[in-house]
Amino acid sequence: MVETQTALKTRMEVKNLNFYYGSTQALKNINMPIYDRKVTALIGPSGCGKTTLLRCLNRMHDLYPNNRYEGDILLDGESIFNMDVIDLRSKVGMVFQKPTPFPMSIFDNVAFGLRLKGIKGTELKDRVEKALKDAALWDEVKDRLKDSAFSLSGGQQQRLCIARAIAVEPEVLLFDEPTSALDPISTAKIEELIVELKRKITIVIVTHNMQQAARISDYTGFMYLGELIEFNPTEKIFTKPDEKLTEDYVTGRFG
Amino acid sequence: MSRKTLRKLFSNFMLFVSFLTAAYGIFWLFWILGSLFINGFKYLSPELIYLDPTPAGQEGGGLRPAFVGHLIITSLATIMGVPVGIMAGIYFAEYGRHSKFFMTLRQITDIMVSTPSILMGAVVYAVLVKPVGHFNGFSGAVALALLMLPVIAITTDEMLKLVPKELREAAYALGAYKWQVIKDVVMRAAKVGILTGVLLGVARIAGETAPLLFTSFNNNVLTFDLRDPMASLTVTMFNYVMGPYHYWHQQSWAAAFILTMGVLLLSIIARVLLHRNLLEPLFYIVRSITGKKGG
Repeated sequence: MVETQTALKTRMEVKNLNFYYGSTQALKNINMPIYDRKVTALIGPSGCGKTTLLRCLNRMHDLYPNNRYEGDILLDGESIFNMDVIDLRSKVGMVFQKPTPFPMSIFDNVAFGLRLKGIKGTELKDRVEKALKDAALWDEVKDRLKDSAFSLSGGQQQRLCIARAIAVEPEVLLFDEPTSALDPISTAKIEELIVELKRKITIVIVTHNMQQAARISDYTGFMYLGELIEFNPTEKIFTKPDEKLTEDYVTGRFG
Repeated sequence: MSRKTLRKLFSNFMLFVSFLTAAYGIFWLFWILGSLFINGFKYLSPELIYLDPTPAGQEGGGLRPAFVGHLIITSLATIMGVPVGIMAGIYFAEYGRHSKFFMTLRQITDIMVSTPSILMGAVVYAVLVKPVGHFNGFSGAVALALLMLPVIAITTDEMLKLVPKELREAAYALGAYKWQVIKDVVMRAAKVGILTGVLLGVARIAGETAPLLFTSFNNNVLTFDLRDPMASLTVTMFNYVMGPYHYWHQQSWAAAFILTMGVLLLSIIARVLLHRNLLEPLFYIVRSITGKKGG
């Protein structure tokens, strides 16, 4: 494992991270690298803290009171806690479990983040088109960009949300169980898309579905009760993991 | 008879009782509306709107000052009350949710919705009428604005709370500031609901008499000056109904008819807005995110 790591660039790094919801500790001393242009999957049983960890990476927890971080998370060597949260979120994007289209047109949905950055006119149009193409949605929506985003199917809406997230050209994109609300065909499309996206973007994905982690990720972190039990290349996690607990989980003995 | 048959009988009996009580309530409501329509419609005439009142006891004339005054007072109240109410609602839903102080304020606002309206008149009398020394139209508008403010604040708050937090998070995740999230995403998702609240608020104040009795009072002469006492349909009706002349009563019927139609129209527009798929975006979001059947 040491040999494979040396060739890799670390994009983000989680260092001794503890996280508390009020007085409840949800994450315990997490240490984990997130490698550049790789897909990192977080797996583990419900309530193990994988979504909590994911939401630390773009400081989503800051939106609610009484949440507390200890330790550090670095993005390109800089602590995200020293960064302006607005800047951080435009560098670390997020796609949610259920599609969250905004109540506006397909075009305006994708343009939303770009307009926040002050992009206008032809550049705006070009970048919306590029994002929709990158999200493999362009051909399906190019004639109806003015239609409401709600007119799309669930899978299309999720790809729209991905287009919206990649339009602002983030360095890292976080996926929180992005296919758990979708049918198998839409799921396959999203998975293909994620694999395609990693050529340009670093990806972290939380998933309940172990096959999905095995299919699309390069690295996998297994979490249990707020701790990161094991972090290794995906292949190793699913064939001969270092920890007994990981093996029990991936072979379906619990969870 | 078996237990099951008994239970079925009892169930049917209770259903029948509920139906009867509902029918009782609705019967009187329609009785009132019906007599208003019959009597009001009978005395409707164009003169009612464009003629000024005649000296007391002399037949004829109309209620022009009251129609104009009513329109001015209600519009001004709407202009003053709606923005403040919506902003207060936004504050409750978006900023004050985790503050004890603002949640207490929210509770008080809830109680204020059912404040006896005459109290609002008395308060405004003390602040805007007594110091000036005479009744004035402006104070009437202020009293009505204060009355509609809590209605609009509460509806706005409720409608914004219906917008799921995932939608807000999605906007924040794109690097938006709080106000941008509220303005461009949350308000957009809830706008028809808020508009409904505004219409219901206007409907609520349009039929008020008590808060105007101490404030704008009444005027037999047409005036556009907010510093003068100003006539309103409700206060005029109140005075005319108490008066001795038959034609006063007839004009009151007609005025009541017109006012009711206006309020009814506003309520109907509000209902139509609420139901005719215009709220669909909001319900759609709620459904797709919570996975529950809403709307």
